[in-house]
Amino acid sequence: MKPKMTFAAVLLAATTLSGMAGAKTFVYCSEGSPEGFDPGLYTAGTTFDAAAHTVYNRLLEFKPGTTETVPGLAESWEISDDGLQYTFKLRPGVKFQTTDFFTPTRDLNADDVIFSYERQWKSDNPWHQYVTGASWEYFNGMGFPDLIESIEKIDDMTVRFTLKQPEAPFLANVAMPFASIMSKEYADKLEADGKMQMLNQQPLGTGPYEFVAYQQDAVIRYRAHEDYWNGQQKIDDLVFAITPDASVRYQKLTAGECHLMPYPNAADVEDMKADSNLKVMEQEGLNIAYLAYNTTQAPFDKPEVRKALNMAINKQAIVHAVFQGMATPAKNPIPPTMWSYNDSIEDDPYDPEAAKKMLEEAGVSNLSMKVWAMPVSRPYMLNARRAAELIQSDFQKVGVNVEIVSYEWAEYLDRSKEKDRDGAVILGWTGDNGDPDNFLHTLLGCDAVGGNNRAQWCNEEFNNLVMQAKQASDQAERTRLYEEAQVVFKREAPWATLDHSLSIVPMRKEVEGFVQSPLGDFAFEGVDLAE
Amino acid sequence: MFRFLIRRLAVLIPTFLGVSIIAFAFIRVLPGDPVMLMSGERVMSPERHAALTRELGFDRPIWIQYLDYIGGVVQGDFGSSIVTKRPVMDDFLALFPATLELSICAIILAVAIGVPFGVLAAVKRGSWLDQSVMGFALVGYSMPIFWWGLLLIILFSGVLQWTPVSGRISLLYFFPPVTGFMLIDSLLSGQAGAFKSALSHLILPTVVLATIPLAVIARQTRSAMLEVLGEDYVRTARAKGLPPRRVIGLHALRNALIPVVTTIGLQVGVLMAGAILTETIFSWPGIGKWMVDSVFRRDYAVVQGGLLLIAGIIMVVNLIVDVLYGLINPRIRH
Repeated sequence: MKPKMTFAAVLLAATTLSGMAGAKTFVYCSEGSPEGFDPGLYTAGTTFDAAAHTVYNRLLEFKPGTTETVPGLAESWEISDDGLQYTFKLRPGVKFQTTDFFTPTRDLNADDVIFSYERQWKSDNPWHQYVTGASWEYFNGMGFPDLIESIEKIDDMTVRFTLKQPEAPFLANVAMPFASIMSKEYADKLEADGKMQMLNQQPLGTGPYEFVAYQQDAVIRYRAHEDYWNGQQKIDDLVFAITPDASVRYQKLTAGECHLMPYPNAADVEDMKADSNLKVMEQEGLNIAYLAYNTTQAPFDKPEVRKALNMAINKQAIVHAVFQGMATPAKNPIPPTMWSYNDSIEDDPYDPEAAKKMLEEAGVSNLSMKVWAMPVSRPYMLNARRAAELIQSDFQKVGVNVEIVSYEWAEYLDRSKEKDRDGAVILGWTGDNGDPDNFLHTLLGCDAVGGNNRAQWCNEEFNNLVMQAKQASDQAERTRLYEEAQVVFKREAPWATLDHSLSIVPMRKEVEGFVQSPLGDFAFEGVDLAE
Repeated sequence: MFRFLIRRLAVLIPTFLGVSIIAFAFIRVLPGDPVMLMSGERVMSPERHAALTRELGFDRPIWIQYLDYIGGVVQGDFGSSIVTKRPVMDDFLALFPATLELSICAIILAVAIGVPFGVLAAVKRGSWLDQSVMGFALVGYSMPIFWWGLLLIILFSGVLQWTPVSGRISLLYFFPPVTGFMLIDSLLSGQAGAFKSALSHLILPTVVLATIPLAVIARQTRSAMLEVLGEDYVRTARAKGLPPRRVIGLHALRNALIPVVTTIGLQVGVLMAGAILTETIFSWPGIGKWMVDSVFRRDYAVVQGGLLLIAGIIMVVNLIVDVLYGLINPRIRH
């Protein structure tokens, strides 16, 4: 720098991260503010990153970098032969965080687990409406009220869940953020003090980091939890610096004001990769964008017609035009990062000539159809209008005329469910719990026709496979069933699978131990900064 | 003066009610069922849809919803966010000081630069100075704030590394808010360097937010000065041999300032609009950013409450300007 070191430059030197007095501080430039700190109340990933993955644990956890579940606060569990009873043995000696606002006097026990679920479940629980309008979106959305028969304390360290019907994805569900385990002792104290709201403002759990302070819309501060059951963290302090604009996040990363950022602009990714101070991780997100035909209407009721249309779509061109490369073409209805993804399936080739011939053989000529384009940008489909235009021109080449239609978003979601809907719909899905059931059954099962099953597709063979997999508790058996279901899906082609968007995570070179989550979480357990 | 004040206050009430109706209706005429939007791609069962609609009160006739709302507003209850579940007023009070601090700095900068340069441009009318001041003012006025902010960040924070990229203070400093004004709180905290850090974080956002008001004030000052400089009394003052500095500074400027004060008052609205973009770029935790987040989350309660509170502030500021105007220019009072 020039001899005249400016006032601002001196300040900057004083504020760079490396200067933070001795303690190792990791700064994450997060994309938005958490809605609150009770993961049961909310549905946004931003909130889960700030509360569920820092402060709390669950009975089961997702193994970092996978969608497989591993023991968390439950060190083991047994499933009864009829698949209805799940008995969890809790890990002994798990400490809750000791903070400025609360000092726990006991370790984790069954009461904490029961409290954490019952507050979301039972309307007579004093915590059920502790904030106005608490709707426990995920607890209800994952069907828990209809699934759970009872939750019992067998002894201090054993809890039994009894279900109304066998449900193998249950284990993945209890690893989800909404199922975070809270301290009943802390909750009781808040209730006695008449400060129940604080549960959502000053969270306290068993997780790797303890909550220190939140300055609204600006900064969240955490400290490493010293008695963490899964080992002491390598960093001392964790800071979320809330930075909503992607270009600004990038500038902060380059200036060393933060160590890791989510959701870069597509246009910046090449520069980030070229910057020797940064490294970039990328992975398919837990999502799918699809074009769902209405399989109940002629000529889309014929698999060969659907197959021919699928072969007419140039997916690579869509990925290029809509995502500037930040997506990969999809061949299966589940993303490649999900267990049971059947990689041996060959995608339909892009072959307009063959497609044209197949349509002729199926007796289809002068076909006109509607393609529905979503009015909003979603992570799995940034610009549905553009994608629809590309599909329109692709179909034109095989002699199919396309009219593009669109509705306001809520209207679109509602109308696209209708069984006699005219046209094929562009839509997509972001997974909740990493279980294939959450895609294959939720989106393509017979009981989702008229709802999430936008193709209105009820195929007995496929449905039997996913229903069997839902009830089988053996993971290898489930994997086999789902792999087979994907073969049926490909053969029957109720959708054109369009893309999986990529999740790209740029970070400073010195960041170590960060594992990208296929679930899209940003969790900092085990991260470190090289000296 | 008292009657003048009462008259102005009486006009405020129907205006405020009008704004409340617009804010309330505006959100509701937007297409889309808010409950349906809450669930997104996830299909909600009809029972749950009905229960949530009832819980949020959307099943009642719209005028009852309005009366209910306005009844709460009168008592200071602006409802609770349907996303964060926190009371709108609490969030507003927590975030408003940040916006206020930034706005005050911006308006001071705009006046401190805009008025002298406007005067200079008028006095040296037609000179290169006039041309360049008006040229810069035109550019400043036309520049998209978002682009301008990013440009400054890239230059001063990225390339030159003179200023921090965003935020209100370095993460190094941590103290509980007392007044909500970072400059004051950082002094109160007693932590060495905190005040400097807060100040350095203020520089770029202040410049960005001040840009449009500065341009407007400079242009307004210039044209008001030109008008006044052509008046007879100015010629008289010059003729009787008063030094030019006194003629311009005392005789001309005082009268020229009357329309300028009005313009400054009107800039409060511009500042609020500018704050929305400026705060988003600089991750400044104020009400502008809060409103943007709420629009994206379709948080009806916050958007309507926020609109109403911001409109209320603009109205009060305009009232103050009117009163000041009356003080500067006695003719207005009658």
